[in-house]
Amino acid sequence: MPEAAKPKESKNIRIVKDATCTFCGCVCDDMELTVDLDAHRITKAKRACVLGRAWFYEHTLEDRPVVLIDGKEATLDEGLDEAARILVDAKFPITYGLSDCPCEAQRVAVDIMDTINGNIDTTTSVCHGPSGMAFQGVGESTATLGEIKNRADLVIYWGGNPAESHPRHFTRYAVTPKGMFIPNGKKDRTVVLVDVRKTPSTPVADIFMRVKPGKDFELLWALRALVKGKKISENIEEQTGVSREVLDDLVERMKNCQYGVLFMGMGLTMTRGRHFNSGAIYSLASDLNEFTHFVAKPVRGHGNVTGADNVVSWQTGYPFGVNFNRGYPRFNPGEFTTSDVLARGEADAAMIVASDPASNFPKKAIEHLEKIPVISMDVKETHTTRLSRVRFAVATYGINTGGTVYRMDDVPISLRPAFDSPFPTDQEVLEGIRQRVKKMLSGSKARVAA
Amino acid sequence: MILVPGRSQKQGTSLNKGKLKDEYLEVTTTAELNEQDMRRLKLSNGDKIRLKSDIGQTVVTCISKKEEDLPSGMIFIPYGPSSSQLMGSDTAASGMPMSKHMQVEVTKVKS
Repeated sequence: MPEAAKPKESKNIRIVKDATCTFCGCVCDDMELTVDLDAHRITKAKRACVLGRAWFYEHTLEDRPVVLIDGKEATLDEGLDEAARILVDAKFPITYGLSDCPCEAQRVAVDIMDTINGNIDTTTSVCHGPSGMAFQGVGESTATLGEIKNRADLVIYWGGNPAESHPRHFTRYAVTPKGMFIPNGKKDRTVVLVDVRKTPSTPVADIFMRVKPGKDFELLWALRALVKGKKISENIEEQTGVSREVLDDLVERMKNCQYGVLFMGMGLTMTRGRHFNSGAIYSLASDLNEFTHFVAKPVRGHGNVTGADNVVSWQTGYPFGVNFNRGYPRFNPGEFTTSDVLARGEADAAMIVASDPASNFPKKAIEHLEKIPVISMDVKETHTTRLSRVRFAVATYGINTGGTVYRMDDVPISLRPAFDSPFPTDQEVLEGIRQRVKKMLSGSKARVAA
Repeated sequence: MILVPGRSQKQGTSLNKGKLKDEYLEVTTTAELNEQDMRRLKLSNGDKIRLKSDIGQTVVTCISKKEEDLPSGMIFIPYGPSSSQLMGSDTAASGMPMSKHMQVEVTKVKS
């Protein structure tokens, strides 16, 4: 435990049972938090993984101004006024991020963009957006993590490293826990890992398949062919790095298991092939249902990125990359996704909620972000808040605020906050901006298509 | 060589402290190379290397990984501001930039 997180002498201790960790998409809701209410910090997070402990211990109350405009301290009202003005004045305003705030805040952001005919996109577009596109194309044989825990006896991780990115995915959901039909936990499961390199996840696997970089699609398509009894190239090992013998063995295991699952990581979506890779894995799972029960699930990164997909979908009909410029929602990845609208220099104002594109986006997109007025909301200083014209310091969701988040398997979970924060919530800031935007536009002609 | 940015546990824990803090910056500027490649390029642990793609360049620190863990020709780095400097913006109509498997040239930075 870091020195700063060690419990201090205090009688004002609160225990929060069944709290939820919102650091990653596992959204573990079995935390028991010990909260020092005097020191405004969590001193113990029982059952949290290494990432969860860092999440709970490091989110304290920082001494930051609630609002900065052009680097100068301002009131919340001044910040909301300026943010609303920037959005209303823009011709191509965009909103991006949203995967680290509750659904209740996400829906307000969608409404603002709908009101001003803007563009809304979430971190999904640079995460499992390609899987979302594939899902629309070929469908999804799916399940909850609870069903997987209770039934899956063959677990395949493809292009991911859960030991480092989602540590409790193994221990709570898919590898070691005992399930209704998996009474002996890991002993009753076969775990396969497919990756381009060995990672700390590799020792967990019974079978490790090292695929050549950028050859996932070829390997998945070969597996589909073998499952269907078709011929494949004699040079498959040369092409993909995996021998025919290993492939035949895996195909037999997949066809003969009781219940199989394919978990896909960003090793599939961020590489050559992108949505074709995800489509291939979804299709493989569907094909295998001719022989047994098989499902495929993306392993999602941020705590409420799945909620962002759900909220944007039920409000606009599409999961991400949605544009309201014509007065109705249009979906087109590549055209309305944030990396693209920034890199092409189209956006003339950006509202970034709980995300840091200035750190993780392509160079050209970051360069454009530096040229336009940016409104940001975040719990800590980031590269994005640093370049923002209007910065809101907000409360941390799940630690200081309640609300709803979706686990990576689309199961909604309510949050139980640990201690109060003097900072406003994302939802409060967004509602303040919405109110002002609607007021500025009332009485004037409704915004119409550009 | 092929650069594979990805997540690491240390990156995950340090980002909770703050992305502008030294620990996060150190994690995201430390690249792993196969020990065989390190020898070929006359590199030692802690040396600075310049990674250059068609898009941009960045200077990072290198450390070696065993040959059986990281294949020759591949570099792993926890993703962050450094890897973004090398990333192209073409998403091939998907919204997703080519964030892994970037072709980079590696040169030792003389101290």
